Amino acid sequence: MTNGILLNGSSDIDFMIHGVFSYQFFGHEVWITTTHVCMLIVMLLLIGFAVAANRVMKHATEVPGAFQNVVELIVELLDNMVKASMGKNAVKFANYIGSIFLFILICNFSGLLGLRPPTADYGVTLPLGLITFTLIHFNKFKHKKVKGVLRELCDPWPFWAPINLISYIAVPISLSLRLFANVLSGVVIMALVYGLLSIFAIGWPAVLHVYFDLFSGAIQTYVFCMLTMTYVSDAIGDE
Amino acid sequence: MDFNENFILGCSAIGAGLAVIAGIGPGIGQGIAAGHAAAAVGRNPGAKSDITTTMLLGQAVAETTGLYGLVIALLLLFVKPLLP
Repeated sequence: MTNGILLNGSSDIDFMIHGVFSYQFFGHEVWITTTHVCMLIVMLLLIGFAVAANRVMKHATEVPGAFQNVVELIVELLDNMVKASMGKNAVKFANYIGSIFLFILICNFSGLLGLRPPTADYGVTLPLGLITFTLIHFNKFKHKKVKGVLRELCDPWPFWAPINLISYIAVPISLSLRLFANVLSGVVIMALVYGLLSIFAIGWPAVLHVYFDLFSGAIQTYVFCMLTMTYVSDAIGDE
Repeated sequence: MDFNENFILGCSAIGAGLAVIAGIGPGIGQGIAAGHAAAAVGRNPGAKSDITTTMLLGQAVAETTGLYGLVIALLLLFVKPLLP
């Protein structure tokens, strides 16, 4: 248990976060873990894709080539997804939702590359939930003003306020725990299959990878973005 | 009273097993959602893709409560918070 709050199990079942190296940060021992490394790989992948897409779109042709086609397809899909659930507010949030969608999606898919998905670390999903929380309340104050926020807090009766407050705080926790637990359950099951059935685990775990990494990962990404959009457009209101 | 480490570990394992029973609820809920989705597709085959998307979204949200149980079980088994 030297690596902070890292899980530890028996030697051949391995779904834990490992420390890669530690360093001193203002007198605290801070660990660079496998999560950081995997996230760095995911980020490099996304940044590389973004740079390549940027270069292609600068010299965009009337009849798109293969790569330009793919980039346009992705952007169009994400834009339509945001537009379908946020309506006229879509313009402001399409960038954020699009980037967070791609990030979580590639994070969840990174299990296919043999990495431990960064989203199976609560330290990654909690900030994502907190960003959503900040977005919700920033937009609530911006569009409904203090009076509207107070009225919403005391919704049926004023003494209901603490319960409403708890329900506000529960939003980022449930959002982040949902993503975390879904990805973690996939990681645990894959680790059990590879650790306990290591002799028989030839070929057929690919089916499990398709379910846990691709299907479940894509669905959870969609759910996270969908709920973020729903909460934020709920906070903005009709005006 | 003074309990030794093995007793606490054993009780943690029992607790983890009990926590995973939380999976019953989402199982029933997802089944109901899938059943209604199947009925909806039967009534209106044209809206199949919309129904499937909505069903999967609802199921993924319903799954969360079961996963809370899983998280508790994993905490009990691997983080061992009850050990002194």
